[in-house]
Amino acid sequence: MADQMLHKFDAVVIGSGLAGLRAAVELSRHYETAVITKVFPTRSHSGAAQGGIAASLGNEDPEDSPEFHMFDTVKGSDYLGDQDAIELMCTEAPDVVYDMEHLGVPFSRTPEGRIAQRKFGGHTVNYGEKAVRRACYSADYTGHVLLHTLYENALKNHVRFFSEFQALDLLIEDDICNGCVAWDIRNGGLHVFHSRVTVMGTGGYGRAFKITSNAHANTGDGLGMIMRQGLPLQDMEFVQFHPTGLWKQGILVTEGARGEGGYMKNKDGERFMERYTPTLMELAPRDVVSRSMQTEIDEGRGFDGGEGGDYIHLDITHLGKEMILERLPQIYDLAYNFSGVDCFKEPIPIQPTAHYSMGGIPADNGCHVLKNANKDKVLGLYAAGECSCISVHGANRLGTNSLLEAVTFGRIAGRSALADLPDISFTDLPDKPHEATQANLDILFNASGKEKVGKIRADLQETMMNRCGVFRNGDDLTDQLAYVIELQKRFKSISIDDKGMIFNSDLMEAIELSHLLEFAEVVVAGALERTESRGAHSRKDYPDRDDDNWLKHTLAWRKPEGGVEFDWKPVVITRFQPMERKY
Amino acid sequence: MEITFNIHRFDPDKDQSPTYKSYKIQTHPGMTVLDALNEVKWQQDGTLTYRKSCRSGICGSCAMQIHGINRLACETQIEPLKKKKIVIDPLPGFELIKDLAVDMDPFYKSIERVKPWLINDEPPPDRERIQSQEEFKQFSDAVGCILCAACTSSCPSYWADKEYLGPSALYKAFRYIFDTRDNGTADRIAELDNKHGLWRCHTIFNCMDACPKKLKITHGISLLKRKVLSEKY
Repeated sequence: MADQMLHKFDAVVIGSGLAGLRAAVELSRHYETAVITKVFPTRSHSGAAQGGIAASLGNEDPEDSPEFHMFDTVKGSDYLGDQDAIELMCTEAPDVVYDMEHLGVPFSRTPEGRIAQRKFGGHTVNYGEKAVRRACYSADYTGHVLLHTLYENALKNHVRFFSEFQALDLLIEDDICNGCVAWDIRNGGLHVFHSRVTVMGTGGYGRAFKITSNAHANTGDGLGMIMRQGLPLQDMEFVQFHPTGLWKQGILVTEGARGEGGYMKNKDGERFMERYTPTLMELAPRDVVSRSMQTEIDEGRGFDGGEGGDYIHLDITHLGKEMILERLPQIYDLAYNFSGVDCFKEPIPIQPTAHYSMGGIPADNGCHVLKNANKDKVLGLYAAGECSCISVHGANRLGTNSLLEAVTFGRIAGRSALADLPDISFTDLPDKPHEATQANLDILFNASGKEKVGKIRADLQETMMNRCGVFRNGDDLTDQLAYVIELQKRFKSISIDDKGMIFNSDLMEAIELSHLLEFAEVVVAGALERTESRGAHSRKDYPDRDDDNWLKHTLAWRKPEGGVEFDWKPVVITRFQPMERKY
Repeated sequence: MEITFNIHRFDPDKDQSPTYKSYKIQTHPGMTVLDALNEVKWQQDGTLTYRKSCRSGICGSCAMQIHGINRLACETQIEPLKKKKIVIDPLPGFELIKDLAVDMDPFYKSIERVKPWLINDEPPPDRERIQSQEEFKQFSDAVGCILCAACTSSCPSYWADKEYLGPSALYKAFRYIFDTRDNGTADRIAELDNKHGLWRCHTIFNCMDACPKKLKITHGISLLKRKVLSEKY
């Protein structure tokens, strides 16, 4: 291996969304830090987040408090969230947001010049009494401004960016992480990144589903990397479907549209949420709203969408042009450009869209990656943001808690690593640390079967949507588990057209599909195993929450030869005992 | 409707010079240029190379020249273009890597030259810095930039002078200099006030025509010119 392909950094961050960049900003104040990212940093999907970042600043509603925020998050999680982690996040939230403001984030402002806040689903005061303005926002591109500000601060701190590098394998030996192997997409060739600490901020995997709000890049690569090291994933059966995806496209229409007063209506013109959640109406948590919509559609009260499937209307016409342009400008463009709808005058056609993974890489409150239910750690390895499961979202995430989680735990991951670094030195690497990675890459590159990556991926996405979506049942999940295994077999017979070294996006998509197929098995197997309905996991054949048997986290290992093994971990309950979840 | 896409192809491993290759696509209402490129890549020719990610007009990956105009492929619908044949080229003004992918590094470097971060050495308050709604509106248009490079790539001044900062970097400088929380005007002025800086903008307005976010770039650059004049002379 040529010298220029071996890099040595104290800290390596994989992924350049909010979590990865926030960790990098923290680490780079003291240590040489590299960020490896498959897309240029500001292309990361955190930038597509629209509505806001939660923190009980009380700028608009002074009665708000971290305590109420914590309660809402615990209840929103359907009591599967770990309450010590939730308390940590909600207590740190105001400081995290002020810190981002100090770093330069351009927030929208109140008349007093403070950070503006709006309502979002499931966020209340007085333990569910009424909706509260807790989401700190910048128009409807809050994720975009947070992402750009963190990227710019990373530049200021001289972080070394390796953009358009795809991380392929972690280098873990004897439970110590020594870095990773990454592929230079632009020029071809493998690079070894030797590090003392490695932070994963590799994001989610909406691309396992046909209708998704997620970017093409969101293929859960980090989860695949973890599983291939024989490490577990946690709570993967919990996938959030966001209520307001643009019909047929899945593109996100911010929950802020409802936070600012938008209505949802069925084909009879009825605000049907009155029947499901009379207190919070359209601002109930996402799992509840998505199920209500899907029920309306399944019972024939959706609008007839023909082959595209039926849909619901989101109506913001009554907000008026001026307010839409000031607070929801992106929504106007999205509705017009992607659905041909003028939302000043007409309602927007919407349907639930795969949006967020509550599950992920198990990590403790200091973001240390855990290898089992005993909480044994992998030394020098940290995870934060959507790829992680700490778990602050439990069975269902509240809107605006994802940006908060990414920034809060990105900072914590950085600080944990800083605290650990004095005790972690470079461990010698084997002679050819990239050998196994190269062999796997060669297999894909030289594959000459008849199957096409695009076709297998489309088959996966279609069936995951139909059988592992908003509502699930045992028969569908059994079928889907067998089908995913069949797709894994078909994947062995792929071929790729592009045989070049330069910018081989054909090979890239094959690598991404290999990850999708592996963790999809874990998602489906976990959903089949969990015989209850909790949060976003809703089984028609087990419609009730079952605290006696299932108030516990799932840990799942995918065996190299296929098949999934499970173990369980208790939920941390401190302040709030599980109650019936009503809104 | 059947539409022919003539797509710019260049494989640096094999080709001496770029060529165009034709692909036929059955379009449907609402179908975007990115959808068409994906259909080519996933069903006809896996070697086709282009950048993509969010497919909702916010990540800025897929700027390219669509029938002569710089646009985002993901938010450009095909049928309203009212063309039977659509020519797809990479962004002009940058070195070609492969097919529709260009080397964006000089563009990113231009942004870095204006110190695109908040410069303020005063210790921050316990809570947020206060900024009025009017003060926020002075620069808020500029925070909408997605770094897609459609503007800089369309600028004749940039084509003629590759050292020129270009509209995107200048608008980034505007974003910070007109942010009341920033004290870094003096730190940025040398980079702006030279022959590859602010004065290279000849108010051609191509940048504003090209911007997929409809940002008022030229307006911001004009305000920046006035600001530099008043600070310095």
